Amino acid sequence: MLTVTGLHKVYDGHGRRVEAVGDLTFTVPAGRFVCIVGPSGCGKTTLLRCIAGLLPPTAGQVTVGGKPVAGPPDGLAVVFQEYGRSLFPWLRVVDNVELPLRAAGLPRTKRRELVNEALDAVGLADAHTAYPWQLSGGMQQRVAIARAIAYQPQVLLMDEPFAAVDAQTRADLEDLIRTVWQRFEMTMLFVTHDIDEAVYLGQRVIMLSAAPTRVADDLEIDLPDGRDQLGTRGGPRFAELRGHVYAQIQKAKLEKTGAEARPRWGPDRGAAQARGTSAEQRTREGRHLSAAEPKRPESI
Amino acid sequence: MIALNRIFLLLALPVALFAGWWFASAGSTDFYVPPLATILAAFDDTWFGPRLTTDVLPSMGRLGLGYALALLAGVALGVAIGLRRALRALLEPVLEFLRAVPPPVLVPILMLFAGIGNGMKVLVIVSGCVWPVLLNTVEGVRAIDGVLADTCRSYRIGGRLRMWHLVLRSASPQIVTGARQALSVGIILMVISEMFAANSGLGFSIVQFQRGFQIPEMWSGVLLLGLLGVVLSLLFRIVEHRVLAWYHGIRAVERQR
Repeated sequence: MLTVTGLHKVYDGHGRRVEAVGDLTFTVPAGRFVCIVGPSGCGKTTLLRCIAGLLPPTAGQVTVGGKPVAGPPDGLAVVFQEYGRSLFPWLRVVDNVELPLRAAGLPRTKRRELVNEALDAVGLADAHTAYPWQLSGGMQQRVAIARAIAYQPQVLLMDEPFAAVDAQTRADLEDLIRTVWQRFEMTMLFVTHDIDEAVYLGQRVIMLSAAPTRVADDLEIDLPDGRDQLGTRGGPRFAELRGHVYAQIQKAKLEKTGAEARPRWGPDRGAAQARGTSAEQRTREGRHLSAAEPKRPESI
Repeated sequence: MIALNRIFLLLALPVALFAGWWFASAGSTDFYVPPLATILAAFDDTWFGPRLTTDVLPSMGRLGLGYALALLAGVALGVAIGLRRALRALLEPVLEFLRAVPPPVLVPILMLFAGIGNGMKVLVIVSGCVWPVLLNTVEGVRAIDGVLADTCRSYRIGGRLRMWHLVLRSASPQIVTGARQALSVGIILMVISEMFAANSGLGFSIVQFQRGFQIPEMWSGVLLLGLLGVVLSLLFRIVEHRVLAWYHGIRAVERQR
């Protein structure tokens, strides 16, 4: 359903060349739930934007449903992390969900049917006439999910969708997204920096290295399909899988710092300081290393 | 109670000023500063007679037409310029220059081309009102949220829907700000355009009264213009309240947090 082949992305600008995605290749068969985890700043968002057709890759190819991606592809919906900025504040909840369907030229009765079904599925049947900013963060993200469902995509991309909601809301939304995936039978690509979340949600977890991004490891999650927050997360198999992913991510981070240490502190050091970037890079790297746990969401 | 308090605050100063004027001028024998009572009597006679149709309404019509054209042109050009970086870079210096030219000096020039009829006066109003609308629209369109623009792209919302729901609604707070500035500019230019060469209108009448030493009538014209400004800004606020309900709603929610 979704293939990524030799994807490579370099940002070139202002005399700085940043290699965000090194060389990525993976395939997501139809109907699978795949999570992508990687350390912060590893190019996850770049990857997702390339798949969504919002950003042209420097090299390589993405195909969705067998067709190469050049611009936003058919049958693909995206749920962004910034729910507050991805909903139209001047439209009511129903109209937000309906707008893509109007753009697609669906008849009114069909649109209404899809909108109602989607809002019911995310538990917002009684929030139709509210404006997004009248809702809590978690509910706003539900609206964004409903909009994606109503669009009837074959592939649903989610870019750290729950990174900005509090922990309890997050657990609810995780269960919601599993339910939605099972009910509507779409292909899910879920990007996150939260290892627990990736293992809990996915049938498969792809671990990325630090930028320039490569696939560090690819792990089947052999947990049963019916998952719940207490039972699944408390089980020994979950702990094993989580440990494996965690170790891989740590390894990827260490490889990255090991590879870069030499030029930065070697003969090139003077030049780096002359550019005035070394201090900044050092502190950023320091924080990076000491981050034993991935960043937790800020509670609202 | 709170409502009463607000009404009091709203009206206290105007009433006090009005009363002050009334009593201070009551015994005035100065020909140029007649008592307010005389001015009000003249007000009634002057403006609710045939002048309503020969002067007041034509003035309002020219203001309305000029303002509407300026809004249309300002928003259309502003959107076009705001959406294209290259166009913006090309036009910015020229726009800065044109904006800096005080519109009243265009009156003699426009008279050469457009004569002294309604066309010239409407053009003067347009030439002054268009800039605040245009420049604010450009700023508003430039500030469109990247995530929202990405949302439109990935859901393939394009054409008319995108123009309305993404571009114009995003820029609407700035467009309204520009429109508010343009309204006061428009009233000024309406009067000025009628002072140069005209045979009807509010500005024309006031100048005529002054030249004919009809001093209470002249004062009443100034009062009328002030009242007109108040009524128009009230109407503007009602429209703004409807158009930007979402914007004020978000602001209120943010203040609570």
